[in-house]
Amino acid sequence: MNLNWMAWTGPTATFFLIIFSLLLAMTIWEMKSPGGAPRVGILRFETTRGDRLFVSLLGSAYIHLFWLAAFAGLSLWWATAIACLYALAVFRWV
Amino acid sequence: MIAKQTNQKAWFMVLPVFLVVAFSAVIPLMTVVNYSVQDTFGGNQFFWVGMEWFRDLIHSERFHDAFLRQLLFSGIILLIEIPLGVAIALAMPKKGWGVPVCLISMALPLLIPWNVVGTIWQIFGRVDIGLLGHSLASLGVNYNYTQDPLAAWLTIIVMDVWHWTSLVVLLAYAGLCSIPDAYYQAAKIDGASRFAVFRYIQLPKMQRVLLIAILLRFMDSFMIYTEPFVITGGGPGNSTTFMSIDLVKMAVGQFDLGPAAAMSLVYFLVILLLCWVFYTVMTNVGEESRKGGN
Repeated sequence: MNLNWMAWTGPTATFFLIIFSLLLAMTIWEMKSPGGAPRVGILRFETTRGDRLFVSLLGSAYIHLFWLAAFAGLSLWWATAIACLYALAVFRWV
Repeated sequence: MIAKQTNQKAWFMVLPVFLVVAFSAVIPLMTVVNYSVQDTFGGNQFFWVGMEWFRDLIHSERFHDAFLRQLLFSGIILLIEIPLGVAIALAMPKKGWGVPVCLISMALPLLIPWNVVGTIWQIFGRVDIGLLGHSLASLGVNYNYTQDPLAAWLTIIVMDVWHWTSLVVLLAYAGLCSIPDAYYQAAKIDGASRFAVFRYIQLPKMQRVLLIAILLRFMDSFMIYTEPFVITGGGPGNSTTFMSIDLVKMAVGQFDLGPAAAMSLVYFLVILLLCWVFYTVMTNVGEESRKGGN
């Protein structure tokens, strides 16, 4: 199958591999402990672990955009590091 | 104790939806992500540019303006269509011959394709041949949507209200019809005022359908393209160039596929965030009111 029309690059392929790995990991986690582990966190409404992943990914996208807007000269890896910390915080407290 | 039965056949039931979504949404979105970090001059030749398009976009005044116009438009649309739709639904008859008449006349604007609605209003508003434009000009009102940004905005807003308020009406009416008579009887016995009936019976019962109405109207108005494109083409100047119009200008008009892909992704992220916020707030309000016994 020729996928040239999709204009693949190494970094974007890695990005999607990470996303799909996360989804796979969440599926395995759900099979090991079903029910989605709902709880009421600091946002004061019930979230499951799927919600937490969604909030983490969406928040990470905005962290990267904000970094580009505010610190255009600095490496984007800093934003990735902050996004990872943010995701950990979401899974711990949200 | 009954042994837990597992049946994996459901996976095959989900497979067609999975394939359709993959082909119509996931794979095109992945392609857009790939385009957003590259530049192309056609011929399937791509050059890596990294985050350059996103950096340009975030600092671009053109994008900020289109984004603000889009937010303003969606805000105005929701502020008009939701209260108006609820008011019309409340005024509609609950039984008798008036019900089908009202329902069909409400459904009519929804059946007209977007480009036809645009064309109808484009002609309707013209000063030389349009009924609205010509009448206003005869009354001495200076109305010309091709030259005056305010007139262009008013035309597009009134057109959208004409086209889509019916959707809110039908949803709100469905919510109202689902309220059992016992609620109204109880309110009557308690001597509740008309407003109290609305506030404590009708509004809470309509909450779910109003959530759907707000989400649908928000998403539709945030993605509006055809009608303003047909009526004003984004003008006069750039005054009605909403995000989708700007995006098409960039992607198809200028063939700047990389910047257009970056803009599409930011557009997508904004819609995703706003829908998540709307949905979370409204569903939690719904949960709380249910726990509160409403």
